[in-house]
Amino acid sequence: METIIDREEDIIEEFSFFDDWMDKYTHLISLGKELEQMIPENKTSENQIKGCQSQVWLNAKLTENGILFEADSDAIITRGMIALLLRVVQGQKPEKIASYEFNFLEKIGLTTHLSPSRANGLVSMVKQIRLYGVAFQGKTK
Amino acid sequence: MKQLNLKHDFPILNQKINGKPLVYLDSAATTQKPQVVIDTMVEYYKSSNSNVHRGVHSLSERATDSFEAVRSSLHRYINAAHEHEIIFTKGTTDSVNLVAHGFRSLLNPGDEILVSELEHHSNLVPWQMLAQVSGAKLTFIPMLQSGELDISMLDSLINPKTKIVAFNHISNALGTVNPVKKIISAAHTVGACVFIDGAQAFPHTAINVQELDVDFYAGSAHKMYGPAGIGLLYGKSEWLEKLPPYQGGGEMIAEVKLKESTYAGLPHKFEAGTPNIEGVIGWGAALKWIEDIGIENIRMHEDNLLSYATGLLAEIPDVIFYGTAKERAAVISFGIKGSHPYDVGVLLDQMGIAVRTGHHCAQPIMTSLKIPGTVRISLAAYTSKEDIDMFIVALEKTISLLN
Repeated sequence: METIIDREEDIIEEFSFFDDWMDKYTHLISLGKELEQMIPENKTSENQIKGCQSQVWLNAKLTENGILFEADSDAIITRGMIALLLRVVQGQKPEKIASYEFNFLEKIGLTTHLSPSRANGLVSMVKQIRLYGVAFQGKTK
Repeated sequence: MKQLNLKHDFPILNQKINGKPLVYLDSAATTQKPQVVIDTMVEYYKSSNSNVHRGVHSLSERATDSFEAVRSSLHRYINAAHEHEIIFTKGTTDSVNLVAHGFRSLLNPGDEILVSELEHHSNLVPWQMLAQVSGAKLTFIPMLQSGELDISMLDSLINPKTKIVAFNHISNALGTVNPVKKIISAAHTVGACVFIDGAQAFPHTAINVQELDVDFYAGSAHKMYGPAGIGLLYGKSEWLEKLPPYQGGGEMIAEVKLKESTYAGLPHKFEAGTPNIEGVIGWGAALKWIEDIGIENIRMHEDNLLSYATGLLAEIPDVIFYGTAKERAAVISFGIKGSHPYDVGVLLDQMGIAVRTGHHCAQPIMTSLKIPGTVRISLAAYTSKEDIDMFIVALEKTISLLN
């Protein structure tokens, strides 16, 4: 299986082709549009992360192949960011996720989306992803 | 179009954001500060810093004189009857809390507090808290879909149980200018106390509290070219005398014994602790800056830009306007069909355009309009026609990116 580092490198390479911000955001928007819709029954208030600006929903389950996440947002750029975040952690083992820092965002110039002042729900989503990692550690499936 | 040309007074506006010239269209959140305000505050620390009201030495006297001169200017500016009716607070929110807290001992269960549906959270939550503590009931002046208050309902809403009527002069979320005089006189027919949140009115319109006959009126310096963390509460003497002190401490006392104290007279009764001296002095400079230009000239400049921007936005097919009140000031709230306000704001920022997106601390308004939020542009004296042009170009680019 691809490690987190492999997947980070893929994304960094993918973004290295963009010369300007417009190309980058066009790509982010199309990732947002392509992100699989979350099953409506899973968009519960327990799974909701209330941001001041955009809403995020996150659900996770432990499988034999690691943690499977599904997430959604009402804003398309936030959905694009979710697509990137999930691409790295999807199916990884809990112990890899528990302390993961999402450092690749800095290399592709998108860390500002995790700034607390954006209040878009992503900061809490990243924390929640790690918490799932912690909670599922030691639980065999 | 006759335009004011004031950008050169504002050093912060001369910079690039994401490689593009900054276009600052978020002045309703906070205005930028002219050089003269920054200089005055720096100069205060260089030459006059000292604690006010209690020093026999020359520096303290100098600081106190400058500080009290601003109270005097504000008293004249809003035409209060007395200087002691100007209470310095941390800002509008602090002013609402001061009054709402003071009314805890003046309300009885069953009394009514009438608030409008068009409020910023700061002029709603303190009244909710007061209602909870006192057993009073909250009632609401409804908002129409246009963003105007339905004042045809006033007669049925105001009754002898109504003790407080609280609303804003100008809405931060939609820019609606409310018919304050009508609401004030309706409230006074039953002797209710009227509180007006004037945070958005101060930067755009002259305020005459005696002519309005308003009981309390609040504002913040940072929304009128002054520093953050300082604001005012105007109150009629008789109401300020009725309210108990909000906070205890130094400055607000007459005589202190171990078990009890007597309180100072107005305005000090409500100004516990060392005040925000540099804030007050900076505010004085901001007020002078406004008066030198003339608030009527500022309003005319903003009204011209408001109709210019509204006209250009109306030509963009995907734009939906929120808040179409007949009288509005310096604010346009809108949405883009099929797009979330957050996405619009993020993309505009990439092009150096600062707007506000979201619920603008007025969630009940968004609930009533059935939207998650809006994109809001807000104007100030330094906003130019070129700012609006650059914003429109960036917005068109944003829309094409999102589709």
